Amino acid sequence: MILLLIVSAVTFGIFFLLPKLAGQSTDQLAQQYIGKAPTPADIAAVKKNLGLDKPVYEQYWEFLKGIFVGVDYKFGPEAAKCHVPCFGYSFKTHIEVWPEIQSRLPVTLSLAAGAAVLWVVSGVATGVLSALRPGSFFDRMAMGVALAGVSLPMFFTGALALALFTYQWPIFERSDYVPLLEDPLLWARTLVLPWVTLAFLYSALYARLTRAGMLETLSEDYIRTARAKGLEERKVVVRHGLRAALTPIITVFGMDLGLLLGGALITEQVFSLKGVGAFAVEAINANDLPNILGVTLLAAFFIVICNLVVDVLYAAVDPRVRLS
Amino acid sequence: MTDSSEDKTATAVDEPAAAGSRPPSAFLEVRDLKVHFPSDDGVVKSVDGLTFSLEKGKTLGIVGESGSGKSVTSLAVMGLHRASRQQRSKVNMSGEIWLDGKELVSADPDEVRRLRGREMAMIFQDPLSALHPFYTVGQQIVEAYRVHNNVDKKTARKRAIEMLDRVGIPQPDKRVDDHPHQFSGGMRQRAMIAMALVNNPELLIADEPTTALDVTVQAQILDLIRDLQKEFGSAVIIITHDLGVVAELADDLLVMYGGRCVERGPADKVFYRPQHPYTWGLLGSMPRIDRDQTERLIPVKGSPPSLINVPSGCAFNPRCPYADVPKDNLTRTVRPELREADGGHFSACHMSQEERERIWTEEIAPKL
Repeated sequence: MILLLIVSAVTFGIFFLLPKLAGQSTDQLAQQYIGKAPTPADIAAVKKNLGLDKPVYEQYWEFLKGIFVGVDYKFGPEAAKCHVPCFGYSFKTHIEVWPEIQSRLPVTLSLAAGAAVLWVVSGVATGVLSALRPGSFFDRMAMGVALAGVSLPMFFTGALALALFTYQWPIFERSDYVPLLEDPLLWARTLVLPWVTLAFLYSALYARLTRAGMLETLSEDYIRTARAKGLEERKVVVRHGLRAALTPIITVFGMDLGLLLGGALITEQVFSLKGVGAFAVEAINANDLPNILGVTLLAAFFIVICNLVVDVLYAAVDPRVRLS
Repeated sequence: MTDSSEDKTATAVDEPAAAGSRPPSAFLEVRDLKVHFPSDDGVVKSVDGLTFSLEKGKTLGIVGESGSGKSVTSLAVMGLHRASRQQRSKVNMSGEIWLDGKELVSADPDEVRRLRGREMAMIFQDPLSALHPFYTVGQQIVEAYRVHNNVDKKTARKRAIEMLDRVGIPQPDKRVDDHPHQFSGGMRQRAMIAMALVNNPELLIADEPTTALDVTVQAQILDLIRDLQKEFGSAVIIITHDLGVVAELADDLLVMYGGRCVERGPADKVFYRPQHPYTWGLLGSMPRIDRDQTERLIPVKGSPPSLINVPSGCAFNPRCPYADVPKDNLTRTVRPELREADGGHFSACHMSQEERERIWTEEIAPKL
């Protein structure tokens, strides 16, 4: 919670104070909101409405209040209720920020969740198999592919996947996002390519991580103890080896997933998915401060939540953490 | 140690390997065991022709410095050099290990695995790293029990509590749910022993069981091992670099140097009439309470031999103060074989029996 406050303060600071430091006056900010050729009177009115004429700490307070209790804006004769959580209105489209983000969340969630399942399963499995036979043909192949996965940029693999499987051999036709509950099959079908491309990048990382972790734990004394009990090698590897090797992977997974939930910018761009990442790109291109602010805070929120979950998981996995 | 038991307990196999694959009469018999690890720098001959035997109810102490091959030997008996596919690709083993009439070196690794934990069990040096940090002590004992016994978790848990109680852990029904890090060092080793004995193994191997423990706790653990051995009647191998540890416990002693046995025999004979210069060195470097405290310990000079390029002749010759006693540079050219002095007391040295007896009584013993 405290962390979120700090994050909100920092984001707020960056977006509302930096423009000023960079020489943009509040007038210019207000001007952006109005659009073309405003009169000084218009500017003054908008500044008043947006609260830009107030001291910074008051602005921050209003901003926070908006998030937790909502804010009433008065635009001349008409009043608008900005509902909780209120990130304000877009400068450009004059639409409330949050509902807009909300409408795009399912896309990003579907993309991230599906890809995460794929990459964890394939990455960890590959890593374990590699660690069991280091130096083998499988190991070399897997680590070679992993190296490619880590080093190839997303926009390249994504474009390649599209070129091959949508245009060359149209197995996965291009289509817009379909909500899961509407048509699960079509939902999965449109997302398969983004999932696989995204998972390719991450699973490569996880395979290498798992392999290194497994190689380390498999040389631990307690592995020898497990073998000395007469346990089958498969159980030794999974129950004793993997269990211990998973802890660092959980940490990294939490951070990766948190980052991804804040929007997979490039993936969404490449596959024309209208998710949070695409929204962020649009907002940045349009210089739409409230939108950028909203997306950034959401991303920060996801990272904080994921880290919290990781901490809880960590304690569940490693009993030594519980005491301290 | 009585005379009547010597024939059986004291290692009585004279010609290693020559005996062929005839099942031995002893409970555990190791014949000409070789454990070699090929490496980029050459073949590491960790154990290079080791022969010994052990009866049920008896204790064998294997003594030697780091890298003498004592741990490698115990892991070889347990089949722990060949437990996984990766391990098997890294080791060359030859010779014979007979446990209760079954030969283990040529046996299928999975067959050896089924014996592990049930017929033979092992206690490791550092119980903190040898116990899995993420599982409770109870879970780990239950696992060890259920590998070999088809029982439900409840029964196994009862058995675990019973074992913890037997090894002297207070409030075992509560401590069974603790994790290893919540135990003290001595308690962890007790838990480790409980885990090893949960299936009533007939052979227990303790690899430096007290090295990681406080001195006061050391004695307790050794007492515990001795009591449990009496109770279960199992054969015990204690591996240590500390002669003091095995002084009271062992019926037989085996001194290893450079992957080979340099001296073995009934414990009191090896202790009070040692035949090999290396054993003299070990005795001289052992702190003793009954000795003048101002006297300095005498270390064995030099460092352990390379196991890749083992010194020619007697492996101990570069460090042996008596290397020049035998004529014709024999120590540096010919590897000495184990020769029996009396009553199952063997040693591998080129010096004559009389010469060594003289050196021991005149030069070494008075200084100890």
